[in-house]
Amino acid sequence: MLENIVSTEKKATRDGFGAGLLEVGQQNDQVVALCADLIGSLKMNAFIDAFPDRFIQAGIAEANMIGMAAGLATAGKIPYTGTFANFSTGRVYDQIRQSVAYSHKNVKICASHAGLTLGEDGATHQILEDMGMMKMLPGMTVINPCDYNQTKAATIAIANHEGPVYLRFGRPSWPVFTPADQTFEIGKANMMNEGTDVTIVATGHLVWNAVEAAKTLAKEGVSVELINIHTIKPLDDEAILKSVGKTGCIVTAEEHQMHGGLGDSVAQLLARKMPTPLEMVAVNDSFGESGKPADLLVKYGLAPKNIVEAVKKVMKRK
Amino acid sequence: MASIQELQKIASQVRRDIIRQTHLASSGHPGGSLGCADFFTALYFEIMSHDKSFNMNGKNEDMFFLSNGHISPVWYSVLAHAGYFPKAELATFRKLDSRLQGHPATHEGLPGIRVASGSLGQGISVAIGAAMAKKMDGDDKLVYVLTGDGELQEGQIWESALFAPHNKVDNLIVTVDWNGQQIDGPTSEVMHLGDLPSKWAAFGWEVLQMEGNDMESVVNTLNHAKELTGKGKPIAIMMHTEMGYGVDFMQGTHKWHGKATNEEQTADALSQLEETLGDYPV
Repeated sequence: MLENIVSTEKKATRDGFGAGLLEVGQQNDQVVALCADLIGSLKMNAFIDAFPDRFIQAGIAEANMIGMAAGLATAGKIPYTGTFANFSTGRVYDQIRQSVAYSHKNVKICASHAGLTLGEDGATHQILEDMGMMKMLPGMTVINPCDYNQTKAATIAIANHEGPVYLRFGRPSWPVFTPADQTFEIGKANMMNEGTDVTIVATGHLVWNAVEAAKTLAKEGVSVELINIHTIKPLDDEAILKSVGKTGCIVTAEEHQMHGGLGDSVAQLLARKMPTPLEMVAVNDSFGESGKPADLLVKYGLAPKNIVEAVKKVMKRK
Repeated sequence: MASIQELQKIASQVRRDIIRQTHLASSGHPGGSLGCADFFTALYFEIMSHDKSFNMNGKNEDMFFLSNGHISPVWYSVLAHAGYFPKAELATFRKLDSRLQGHPATHEGLPGIRVASGSLGQGISVAIGAAMAKKMDGDDKLVYVLTGDGELQEGQIWESALFAPHNKVDNLIVTVDWNGQQIDGPTSEVMHLGDLPSKWAAFGWEVLQMEGNDMESVVNTLNHAKELTGKGKPIAIMMHTEMGYGVDFMQGTHKWHGKATNEEQTADALSQLEETLGDYPV
């Protein structure tokens, strides 16, 4: 039920990563961590304090870090690399492609400060293309959890998945609204609210915006089926098809470029399996800029009201 | 312990295999492969402690990574002679459905290959990771990696060159194939590498030099490098080779970097290389 989805506190998803890394380090002594001079930003201190011999400071040399992670994985370790999403993907795409993905190495690429909500640092750092780049790599799993608790759970869960993973999270304090004790299943969408008029599938920070939009729409009598897609690849095709089979229209919401993101994956799926009216809430072929996270989400059309508008638009197309 | 003469015999057959593989595929990189035949032979038949039954994680054995993946023909030949896979499989090099991809890959499951290479500059980083894992696990075996010299123009090389001495990765032996040639011409013209031994030494490496086409020099230098491990510094060997070594018309030029021999040239080349262990069937 929508009214049961509430947030009592705000915490950054990157803090969820830090907490998850410590816990997975305690559970599995093969887990090692690498960082490219961003320990504080990635919240890796607790892991480093607990396991100094299982941490590698790579310096500002991300290409070498990814290569070393591939070597560590070859020798049986489970390396978690940590840096900003920008430097985790675009800067090292070829290293990931050859040494990690093509070589099928068990490397966990953990990427903070993704998207516009990085805020004031501006467009050089606000990567909005990362999920697209990563999902195109054969065999790469792409995960974009929605809050602190889910990021922590995902960080722990990916150690048990054999193969390369891209785990994307962010910088700002953000509402915490999923259970602390959740089990995270890669590739399995979370049904947040069942409804009949429209499906909203959202990922990352935008899941909360979708919750707020759904509550607004409920007051106007629109029954929203809300699905949290934390795994962009492999996409939970079944959950999406089942939902749109019922609602007949869908809105996607993400803090990413429209090209290459969740909406793009959903559009492909529906065009092939079940052509359905679709609207996308995403950044439309644009770079970001400096500003406060909340203001940026408004300016670039990713606020709850944009999701409400997209729902109204798509419902007319049914 | 193999004698120098025995190793030279193997290297001669390896050179024949290189010519035959690239000729049959009508493509590939014979030049650098020929230059490194002595190094690979010494490594797999004398220097490294390794297991031909092949375990990906390389625990309790020495590991080798090839950064300049385009010289795959020499590696494939040596791996086959060392028993990693049947020699007859060399005939599938660069062909559809082969495990012997143009550049080395793990994807098809070829025993002996631990990471894909071809896009240059990545191998030392991977080798450092494997070497650090060995240290974490208390495994005292070594990690070897070969890079080209033109490859040193890649920035990632120098990231790894900074990292390894700072972190005392002293179970790592990097060899640079210093043949002075790259696709577009001599390295001195394309992008001069300058005083390579001084550069590596300035980065904090223990630097050795060897004559890569003199088997005795190769074996002695690699053995010396082994003795220098465990003393706080990674080892870098500047290996002087001639691209195309062993075939007179291919020697010392970049022209055979990425070009296969035709029928006539193949016959000429093979006439200069003794068939010591029997050619693989085609």
